[in-house]
Amino acid sequence: MMQLILLTDVLVRATPLLLTGLAVAIAFKAGVLNIGADGQFLVGATVAAAIGILPGTHSAIVMLPLVLLGGMIGGGVWAMIAAFLRMRFQVLEVISTIMLNFIAMYVISYLVRGPLQEPTHIYPQTPTIATAAQLPRIIPGTRLHAGFMIALVLAIGLWWAFRTTAAGFRLRATGANPDAARTTGLVDVARVTMRALVLSGAIAGLAGAVEVSGVTYALYENISPGYGYTAIAVALLAALQPLGVIATGILFGALEAGASALQRDANVPATLAAVIEASIVLLVIAVGQLSRGWRRQTS
Amino acid sequence: MALDRASLRVQKGTIHAVLGENGAGKTTLMRVAFGLIRPDAGSIVIDGRPQRLSSPAAAIAAGIGMVHQHFMLVPAMTVAENVALGGTGRYDANAVADRIREVGQQFRFAIDPRAIVATLSVADQQRVEILKALVKGARLLILDEPTAVLPPQDARALLMTLRAFVDNGGTVVLITHKLRDAIEFADDITVLRHGRTMRSAPAVELDETTLAATMIGTAPVVHTDFSTTSSTIGVEKFVLRDVSVTDDRGVVKLRNVNLTVHAGEIVGVAAVEGNGQHELLRVLANRAQPASGDVTRPDRVGFVPEDRHRDALILDFPIVENVALARAGETRGRMNWAEYRTTAERIVQEYDVRAEGVVTRARTLSGGNQQKLVMGREIETASGGLVVENPTRGLDIHATRAVHERLRQTKDQGTAVVVYSSDLDEVLALADRTVVLYGNALHTVTNDRESVGNAMVGRFA
Repeated sequence: MMQLILLTDVLVRATPLLLTGLAVAIAFKAGVLNIGADGQFLVGATVAAAIGILPGTHSAIVMLPLVLLGGMIGGGVWAMIAAFLRMRFQVLEVISTIMLNFIAMYVISYLVRGPLQEPTHIYPQTPTIATAAQLPRIIPGTRLHAGFMIALVLAIGLWWAFRTTAAGFRLRATGANPDAARTTGLVDVARVTMRALVLSGAIAGLAGAVEVSGVTYALYENISPGYGYTAIAVALLAALQPLGVIATGILFGALEAGASALQRDANVPATLAAVIEASIVLLVIAVGQLSRGWRRQTS
Repeated sequence: MALDRASLRVQKGTIHAVLGENGAGKTTLMRVAFGLIRPDAGSIVIDGRPQRLSSPAAAIAAGIGMVHQHFMLVPAMTVAENVALGGTGRYDANAVADRIREVGQQFRFAIDPRAIVATLSVADQQRVEILKALVKGARLLILDEPTAVLPPQDARALLMTLRAFVDNGGTVVLITHKLRDAIEFADDITVLRHGRTMRSAPAVELDETTLAATMIGTAPVVHTDFSTTSSTIGVEKFVLRDVSVTDDRGVVKLRNVNLTVHAGEIVGVAAVEGNGQHELLRVLANRAQPASGDVTRPDRVGFVPEDRHRDALILDFPIVENVALARAGETRGRMNWAEYRTTAERIVQEYDVRAEGVVTRARTLSGGNQQKLVMGREIETASGGLVVENPTRGLDIHATRAVHERLRQTKDQGTAVVVYSSDLDEVLALADRTVVLYGNALHTVTNDRESVGNAMVGRFA
């Protein structure tokens, strides 16, 4: 039983990484450097919490879709700001999405001390969301919630979409060579990349909603320990392949879950996990570059 | 081969123009002189002493300075900083500024050493480039197409500067494809063609007609296998009426172009670089829209762009996905991979693309096979119209012949074909009739080498 709890804990930790990892993968694959998955996650979490604490009783059939959809719209709109700035004023999305991360962070700081604060006004967090807005647990006695299944289904769905749909092919072509996509494929490259950015934001927003609705049941300041940034490593390590993200998301989830346990039981600093994560990414990038250079030389 | 036993002899204290069409080898020859390319054979002699110029640094040490067509300046830095860049030791702003003023006075132009380069006019930026070379002690200055970026009055000022430099004992080599520049600026002129020195003489002995003939050549065109000219010309496929194109900055790239291309003919486009051929081809191919005028074109125009790696292929994608790319913009819903696979296999077979299979990545193919793949794809996707730009760039003779044969076959099957090539011989060999772009306007000429060549440099009978 203990092992089952540890194992499911890994999957619980992996779920937000998996979802944000998919968000980053889809953007990067289209050639859009969305560094703002963290901000989109936070906005998604905020909208989800705001819906979850609405007064009145509703059934879960109404509440859950509303919470998750709200999170997606929140994250999507947050990414849309960056898309708009790019289209209208040529602001690089790398810059704007990072800046939007900070804005989202401080907006939450305000909200959990102001309009959304719990009624006693002691803790900087929202009240607990309605039971109907909480994702069901899929294994009784553990914290593993349905959000993990959502992430798996989404990963498989994206994999399928990249392979078989015209929109997925346009996205891949645009990311791989925008000039050829435009000149040969007559693809509206700007439209494809901006759509990919908004979709990426929506998935990151979904991750935030899933975290609130499946794990924390409330919104508070540090709800994301930088999921959106770790997501970049998760996506790159998976070579931007949705199915690969399942593996790398769980790997990073395990590292983070293990880090807290190590700190508690063996007095190993938790930051060591971050060092290992970064080392893995560097190693993978180096090996990728080397093997590519080697392939070019031999071909 | 970019250069074939080319030679150039420049007299000290003169301006020497090196004239030739695109691809004649002008730039290559100058890159050799500046140590950027090492020749396979031949020698370089400066002031009577043989030199080995293994790098630009060696060339600079030997007193050679180069002004590239695209400026090598840091826009955010001052003139003095740009001039000092690449030097050694401590940067003394005042000393550099003094040196700049001194050189400026000597050669009769004034530039504020503290001005930020980005704020300068193009003509002044070019002067900064010249300054850079002069401050480094250049006695021989090579300028690559220096008037291409200048308005006429600034070109005259540049000539004054160069004259002052020559009067002070300097020597200038001017690379250009403009006849007028060569005649107006230079003391001596050398004409290159196909990598060879065709003629070298004092400017006073040459006139525009002789130069044009030497530049373009007078060799009779060998119309290889021209059995197909009898094909019947069909309905109008492309019709351009008063089409004008302007670029992002409002510069006119095409002016009131009228052109009709029928089914079953190849129309050749001949032009010297920068006369609007790029824009004309893209308007025909539905890859760009005109600022004004009417365009009628087939629903789907096949387009073979000159830069296949950038514009025609996704090198990391397999062949089958590169075939599918041509329909990427219009496909809705699912991709029919089974169908694309069949198409790709047919193209690989019919167009003789040497590949291990249709799932191999485009990067692994040779240049010729990549081009055959692109040609095959565009011909198969096109409905009645095909536009090709420099279709045999970088290909060997064998692949070139295959591409040419395919273009003629496509024409015979009732497609309207428009071909542009920077190689006039290629245009003439393929085209049933030829149009010339000069001064960003379209001119219709008789389909012979001399009239086309003259029209390309602005001489109309």
